[in-house]
Parts: sequence; structure tokens; C-alpha cells
Amino acid sequence: MNLLAGSITIGLLISLLALGVFVSYRVFDILDISVDGAFGVGAAVAIVLVVRGHAPLIATMVATLAGVAAGVATGVMSTRFRIQVLLAGILTTTALYSGNLYIMGGGDLAIAGKPTLFSEATALLHLAAPHLDGVTIAGTTVPASQFAALGMMLLLVGAISAGLRQFFRTHLGLAMRAAGRNPQMSRALGIDVGTTTILGLALANGLIALSGALFAEYQGFANVQMGIGMMVTGLAAVIMGEAALGRHTIGRRIVGAAAGAVVFRLLVAGALWLGLDPNALKLVTAIFVFGSLVVPGLLKRGAQAVSHG
Amino acid sequence: MGKAALEVTGASHTFHSGGSNELLALNDVNLSLEAGSFVVVIGLNGSGKSTLLNAIAGALYPLDRGKICIAGKDVTRWPEHRRAGLIGRVFQNPFTGSAEELTIAQHLALAARRGRRADFRLALDKSTREASEARVLGLSMGLEDRLETPMGALSGGQRQALTLLMATMVRPTVLLLDEHTAALDPRSAEQVLRVTQELVTRELLTTLMVTHSLQQAVRLGDRVIMMHRGRVVHDISGARKRRLRVDDLLDYLDEVRSAEMLDESAAEMLRRMYV
Repeated sequence: MNLLAGSITIGLLISLLALGVFVSYRVFDILDISVDGAFGVGAAVAIVLVVRGHAPLIATMVATLAGVAAGVATGVMSTRFRIQVLLAGILTTTALYSGNLYIMGGGDLAIAGKPTLFSEATALLHLAAPHLDGVTIAGTTVPASQFAALGMMLLLVGAISAGLRQFFRTHLGLAMRAAGRNPQMSRALGIDVGTTTILGLALANGLIALSGALFAEYQGFANVQMGIGMMVTGLAAVIMGEAALGRHTIGRRIVGAAAGAVVFRLLVAGALWLGLDPNALKLVTAIFVFGSLVVPGLLKRGAQAVSHG
Repeated sequence: MGKAALEVTGASHTFHSGGSNELLALNDVNLSLEAGSFVVVIGLNGSGKSTLLNAIAGALYPLDRGKICIAGKDVTRWPEHRRAGLIGRVFQNPFTGSAEELTIAQHLALAARRGRRADFRLALDKSTREASEARVLGLSMGLEDRLETPMGALSGGQRQALTLLMATMVRPTVLLLDEHTAALDPRSAEQVLRVTQELVTRELLTTLMVTHSLQQAVRLGDRVIMMHRGRVVHDISGARKRRLRVDDLLDYLDEVRSAEMLDESAAEMLRRMYV
């Protein structure tokens, strides 16, 4: 039960990343590799600021802004300097690798007992229920800290999902969706596609950096490698969400991406529990994304071959 | 009437400049559209009709040389999205003018804000919905009950009619139609043409329409211009336009075609002599 609560919490941390990838990959149809760098910079900035004694809320917010800046950098490179967006993302991530080493002053940094948003949530829970040490479900006890983390992430992911859905129903949000789906039409309707794309990538990478910041606070340390492969993890979550909930309304797609991350994390935890070598994790994730991109097409072709044959 | 709604002065543009397939797409084009006039542009493939439209819309930007003024404003240095505040546009391909996964209502909400900055207010409020429904009802295509349908589920003709509606939702100073019935089946083309005529007449829109259909050129508008090799070679208006028949236009086209042939044979002769 404890493992389950932990896995769901990590899944919810990844949900924020998945929402960011949803914005760049599905709303804009952009394969934005800055994901890896933004996740890392979010983690690095949050941990450094926490270690230096800043309030966790401030640290997390500044970390999010660092991701926003990374998104703006990629967006400006691709729309203003006409660098292919894939390369622009690679440049941002590569530059941020050095950046993160400088920010953290090394490859690893631990919080060393400093308060995080999670410890504050636990403190809040203790304030509300002074005698609660843990919740016993089905014979195992989930400690209060785990309970608080899960609750906080549920609230946060719920609020951000709702906010995102509302945003995509405003004029600016709708303009973003239009610019992503049909730039030529959008320009004819007076939408500044370049600026809109930059704003979209800023939003996406802000969410991703927030995910990285909270992930680092949750595990208690940041590592310069921790962003590597997060893009593919985000894609896997988005794809899972679409498989489960379809692609009908923007609300369903947002919920799908967030829930997809949790399901994906639970599958990973299950696979590890069954004895999957942790080193194989990224390989399996990559194969999953490859498969989910290719298999539907193959099935369609197969069905056509059958019906024509 | 009176002041020009659109004024193109000395517009020239070369594609692939300096390369072996260099093409002078616009060659010193001068064109002035009176407010409320409906001008049809014809010409052979590659004559520069669409390039002219793109130059006006800002899709071809920056222009090598020349000046474009809309309603007295010099828009030569304005990017495409900024000019969109003054221009309504319908493309040849119905897929260009709309996005599959957005609904009819969402498209009209975007169109209702053409030329204004996007903000954080809800796009589909009650008044926008009602206005959209009224406009769609005016098409009499039975689409008013399908405002929540994604564009991708509609036919090319329906999408094109809606794009026309979008282009005129905010009254454009100039309406640009780029062979907007060419990709449609005859019945849909007729329907879209009917909507075009109704909208342009009712709202007295200044319109520049490119077409390859000589029938359309004769039937519609109050002025026909014919382009060839990036130049305006015929400009027919007033009583001459009213008397114009398809055969006359065919004669004009044959003229330029034979001139073209002459050029080709001359070029061939030169090639044989010198290469």
C-alpha cells in the first residue's frame, strides 16, 4: 500500500510533465526536446534555492520561471531565427546541461534536511490532525508524510488541469490551438503565430520545470542527469491518455495526459516489482512509444489488407 | 466610392533570384480597386495571379519592390497577421482555411476577433454563439444545428462556405478569394459561388477574386483583369465588362498563348544555334 501511494505520487509528479508535453506535442505538434533541459533546470533551481534557505514555495516558483525562460529560448530560436525546432530544443537542453552544473555547483545536490513543499504539506497535515502518524489501509500503514504528499499532488494536478482546460477555452488559448493546428489559417485570422508559439512553449516548459522542481523536492535531491529521457516519458503518458480517453474534447485530452502519467508510473512500478532491471526502464519506455506510434498504423494497414484481400 | 480601397503600386517580385529557375512572378504591377468594386483576376498558370494575392495579403513578404496600400494605409511593411485586420481571405484548398479538430463555433469565435489581440476572456460566450448561429443560418446549408461539429467532419464545400463566412465575420476592407471554388465538385462550387455573390452584394465588399473559370469571370464582378508573366495585360470594366463573353476572354488567352509559343520556338531556335 505504501508502494502504491508512492507510485501514484510520483505518477502525479510526472502528470505535470505530461501536461507540458501535451501542450507542445499535441496543441502545437512540436517535438520539443527542451523538455529534458527544462525538467533538469526546474530540479536544479528548486534544490539550490531550498538549500540556500529560501522558502520552498518561492524556490518552486522561481524554478518554474526558469522553465518558462527555457521555453522562450527554444521558441525564439525556432520562430525568430528560423532554426528547426528540433535543433532549437536540442540547443536549449545542451546549454542547460552546463547551466544546471553551474547552478548546482556540481552533478548532485541534496536538500540536507531543509524544508520542501512536501515537508510543509506534512506539517500542515499535522497541524490539522495533530495525532495522525499514518493511515492504515488494508493492514499496512501509509505514513503521514506520504499521505500529505499524495494529497498535495492530487490537489495541484487537479487545479492545474482545470486551469489549463479553462485557458484553452479563452481567446488566447483558442488562438494557440489554431496556431498549432493550422498556421496559415491563423495568420489569415490575424493571429501572430510566432509569438503564440513562443507563449505555448513557455507554458509547456514552465509546467515541465515545475514537475522537475517538485520531483527533486520529493526525492530530496537533484541530479544533472535526471532530465534525460523525460521527453519520451511525457510522450508515453500523453499516448496512454489518448488510448484510454480518446481525442475528443480538450478537457478529456488534458485529463487523459495527467491520468496517463499515473497509469504509466504504476505500470513501471509493477514491472520493477516483477523484477524488471531498472537499467532497462528507458529502453522499455522508448520501445513502448515506438510501438504505440507504429502499431496503430500497422493494424490499420492489416485491416485494409484483410478487407481488400 | 471614391477613395481606393486597395492600391498596388509598382509591385515586382522574383522567385529563386539568381538561380537557374529564376522567375519574375510580378513585373511592375499597378492596380487600384475602388471601394465596393468586385474585380476578377484571370490568367494562365504561372501568370502571377496568386502571387499578386499573396503579395497583398502579406503571405509573400517582404516584396522585392513596390508599395501596397489598403484604405489609405501603407501596409507594405506589415506582416501577414497584422494585415489580417484589414483583409478577409479564402484559400483554394478548403483544408487551408480551417483546422480539422476545432469546431465550427470555435472557428467563428476566432474569426469574430480578426484583427484584435487575443485575451483571457472566454472565447465562446453567449453573444458570440448567438451571432455565429445567425450567420451560419444565413448560409441556409443546415449547419446551424452543427456548431459543435469539428470542421474535419464537414465536406469541402461546407468548409469553404464557412471560411467565406469567417473572412467576412469582421467586415474586411478587402476580400481576397484565391480560386476558392477550384477544389470543389461542381455542385459545391455553385453553392459557394452563390454564397460569395450574396455576401459581396449584401455587404458591398471590395473583392479581388482569382479564378481560372472564364464563366465565373464573365458572370461575376464589375471588372476583369488578365495577368500574363507577372503583368496586367487586360483590364476590362464598365460597359465593356457587361458586354464581355467567354469567347472574348478565350481570344485574349489565345493571344498570350500564341505569344508564349512564339517565344518558346524562338528560344528553341537560339538554343540550337548557340548551345
